Amino acid sequence: MAQIKVTVDGVQYADQVEPRLLLVHYLREVIGKTGTPVGCDTSNCGACTVLMDGVSVKSCSVLAVQADGADITTIEGLSDGEWHPVQRAFHEEHALQCGYCTPGMIIAAADLLRDNPHPTDAEIREGLEGNLCRCTGYENIVRAVRRAAEAGAGQ
Amino acid sequence: MTATTDAAQAELGRARLRKEDARLITGQTNWTDNISLPGMLHMAFARSPVAHAKITGVDLSAARNMPGVIAAFSGADLGAEQGSLPCAWPVTEDIVIPPHPPMAVDEVRYVGEAVAVVVARDRYAAADAAAMVDVDYEPLPPVLDMRAALAEGSPKVHEAGNKSYEWVFAAGDMDAAFAGAPVVVERTYRQQRLIPCAMEPRAVVSQWVGDQVTLWSATQIPHVVRFALSAFFGIPEQDVRVIAPDVGGGFGSKLQFTAEEVLAVLVSRRVGKPVKWTESRSEGNMTVHHGRDQWQRIRIAADADGRIRGLDVDLLADMGAYLMLVTPGIPLLGAFMYPAIYKMDAYSLKCTGVFTTKMPTDAYRGAGRPEATFAIERIMDELAVELGMEPLELRERNWIKHEEFPYTTIAGLTYDSGNYEAATARAKELFGYDELRREQAERNARGDTVRLGIGISTFTEMCGLAPSRVLGSLSYGAGGWEHASIRMLPTGKVEVVTGSSAHGQGHETAWSQIVADQLGVPFEDIRVLHGDTLVSPKGMDTYGSRSLAVGGLALVSACDKVVDKAKVIAAAMLEASPDDLEFAAGRFSVRGDPEAGATIQEIALATFAAHNLPAGVEPSLDSDATYDPDNFSFPHGTHLCATEVDTETGMVTIRSYVAVDDVGVVVNPMIVEGQVHGGIAQGIAQALYEEGVYDDDGNLVTSTLADYLVPSAADLPSYVTDRSVSPAGNRLGVKGVGEAGTIASTPAVVNAIIDAVRPFGINDITMPCTPERVWRAIQTAQDGGAA
Ligand code: FES
Ligand code: FES
Repeated sequence: MAQIKVTVDGVQYADQVEPRLLLVHYLREVIGKTGTPVGCDTSNCGACTVLMDGVSVKSCSVLAVQADGADITTIEGLSDGEWHPVQRAFHEEHALQCGYCTPGMIIAAADLLRDNPHPTDAEIREGLEGNLCRCTGYENIVRAVRRAAEAGAGQ
Repeated sequence: MTATTDAAQAELGRARLRKEDARLITGQTNWTDNISLPGMLHMAFARSPVAHAKITGVDLSAARNMPGVIAAFSGADLGAEQGSLPCAWPVTEDIVIPPHPPMAVDEVRYVGEAVAVVVARDRYAAADAAAMVDVDYEPLPPVLDMRAALAEGSPKVHEAGNKSYEWVFAAGDMDAAFAGAPVVVERTYRQQRLIPCAMEPRAVVSQWVGDQVTLWSATQIPHVVRFALSAFFGIPEQDVRVIAPDVGGGFGSKLQFTAEEVLAVLVSRRVGKPVKWTESRSEGNMTVHHGRDQWQRIRIAADADGRIRGLDVDLLADMGAYLMLVTPGIPLLGAFMYPAIYKMDAYSLKCTGVFTTKMPTDAYRGAGRPEATFAIERIMDELAVELGMEPLELRERNWIKHEEFPYTTIAGLTYDSGNYEAATARAKELFGYDELRREQAERNARGDTVRLGIGISTFTEMCGLAPSRVLGSLSYGAGGWEHASIRMLPTGKVEVVTGSSAHGQGHETAWSQIVADQLGVPFEDIRVLHGDTLVSPKGMDTYGSRSLAVGGLALVSACDKVVDKAKVIAAAMLEASPDDLEFAAGRFSVRGDPEAGATIQEIALATFAAHNLPAGVEPSLDSDATYDPDNFSFPHGTHLCATEVDTETGMVTIRSYVAVDDVGVVVNPMIVEGQVHGGIAQGIAQALYEEGVYDDDGNLVTSTLADYLVPSAADLPSYVTDRSVSPAGNRLGVKGVGEAGTIASTPAVVNAIIDAVRPFGINDITMPCTPERVWRAIQTAQDGGAA
């Protein structure tokens, strides 16, 4: 067991964890942050994407012990009262159906816009390559990210 | 006699943003894997690493001795208790339905088949213990190729042999149609095996309290699961509650009654604690039922002017190792659709269901209809080439004209509505069909290394599954109705209970829109409940594009009854005769005296108080209805795809994609468009990327998302969508949209690729049309040309 301290969505946690525990399982099963789902076991789907010290990571490919000292933002902490512009844009553009990919997709899109506040459609598609959606065919996801960019989400 | 004024119809056709979204975009969703109960244990499975073997021993002692392990069971340990998983669709009298124990006992027949289950304190301990299960296997030869499986002397998957059934259909005089036909074209197409890959892996939680069990499952069919647990596993139906919480996509893959659901229930009863199981993706790719996997031999006969005389189809359909819930029926859902939108004199189909040592197949988005549509739309292009006709012209020459509806096809289905001319004209215009044809000719003429191809798919499908009497005539084990109930709450708010269980389709929004129109209450005042057999005890669930075309109509009938009941009470309140009342926009008024009126929401309160109800009138407006459709619905459309094929690399790029769909009257155009987008993407994925591959030993080599190529945003084009509308013959005029895009797009894309490379003499490339396959086809054709 190893001792870790992490801040998740603004709250500090200190826990003893198995060294092999994945960050996503720490979030879901130790501290109850079930907003971040798991979609695969090979780091391909992006469903588990969170921000770690402000940068998007796939939380299934990070060990909880590697997050020691980090500041994590999950989908549950992205909005502070008001929805984040990317969340709003996903709603307005119908960029989700079942919603399983959505937490990861929104976090990845927010990170993409932070890097590149005014992406082209091709840049949006390339930028979200690591996040799979089985429902939407991506058309409305691209529209939503464009809309969020226009709303200044990346600034 | 429901609301009919324009004002009252304000919701239908409106792009309402979805009620579901708030919880989904903020991480408040209730996925099955989120559920945690006091004392809950975790299950993990030991699964067969070999395709086919006798089990000669299962040693669980090491697993049981692991820390945190509560119990471990083999199939033999559960014995008769684990029973056999049912197949609900015995398509012929003499079909072979082998026993299908949830865990193998004597023999394993596919890689991934469960052999033992362990129960432990947490997910990690369970996985560790499952790895310690020691099974002795005595290898048997795998059976991997359907055609070889049917050959004399093939190793057998089951004692009874490798043929499950043979189903035939014939109409019209086939001999006359083919004998002396000026043109006959024959092709064989391969429908590769697909893995559904809903983004949410399957998960179950089972909890017994006394002699009652609650099963949470990531399923499309909670009602069917409840029935099956009761009918086949001896748990009284009144003691079974099944809950489908938020479900992360299904596409048919969660239209199943699974070994894991049964085992969760049995194991939690044995250990006296709630248990949970969530599959990993690689476990899911191996053990969630697969889709498609057919060989299709198709033969078409035509006159010299292009008129179709006859169509003959011979299918081999891979059942996999066992027949699951509707495995044998899937190819037959396509059997009536090969004639598609075309008129012809004769049609016959034979389908042979074959066992192999692979994961069973079953419903996957479109289920039978994509296969049929692919084959007919592909061979229409081939026939056009043979005749030297423009492929759209050939289609138009043969399709049912809009003035001919209702039209009974050679397959015996009566299409109630459609307008293929309108959809096609609109698609051509949006696509710029004629300009693209010109550009294609120019590029071919100058020998461009990047060729342009145009793919056409003028598809139709049968959905709104299904009239119960038709299902009965096809030996299906259940009806096809759907149920709805409306609860008028005292404050005038409305609870809508639907038997259709959504997993991304937006029922909470669309159903609110329908009820808002029918009852004239605000959209915001309506709450839609579904997916819990305690809340919604009756239902046939969600698949086959049936929710709106069947479940939506049940809503309308239930609303009728609410309005009828309210009218009697309104008449008493307004001191008028019921016959003198009008109902519009949620308000009853006295004809000729519009001032005197009461809203249905006010009547709900008066009914609750029940102080002044007429004698004999029950104090309730609540109503329910069960709707059994009298026909299928037949969405159709014209999809056009332009591909650029780099003849030096084999790379295919979709340059433009236009879809004009006629799904009848649209409740929420935003949701409909989203369904079309997602459907097109899945169909493109079959055409270009996805294939479930087993190696020569029967190992699934595409068990992860690194190997099974679900496309990302970077792999897919933008789509242009539009609609034409010919209302269906039901009260809402709706047809359903869930599968349309998937059914239409696969042939559109492959036709476009073949159209691009046809100048090289290529007339087929097996799906998925990867760059390597396209490049090889071109190389082979050029070598052949040089030789
Ligand atoms: S769960 Fe992390 S990438 Fe799939
Ligand atoms: S919305 Fe279902 S996977 Fe993206």
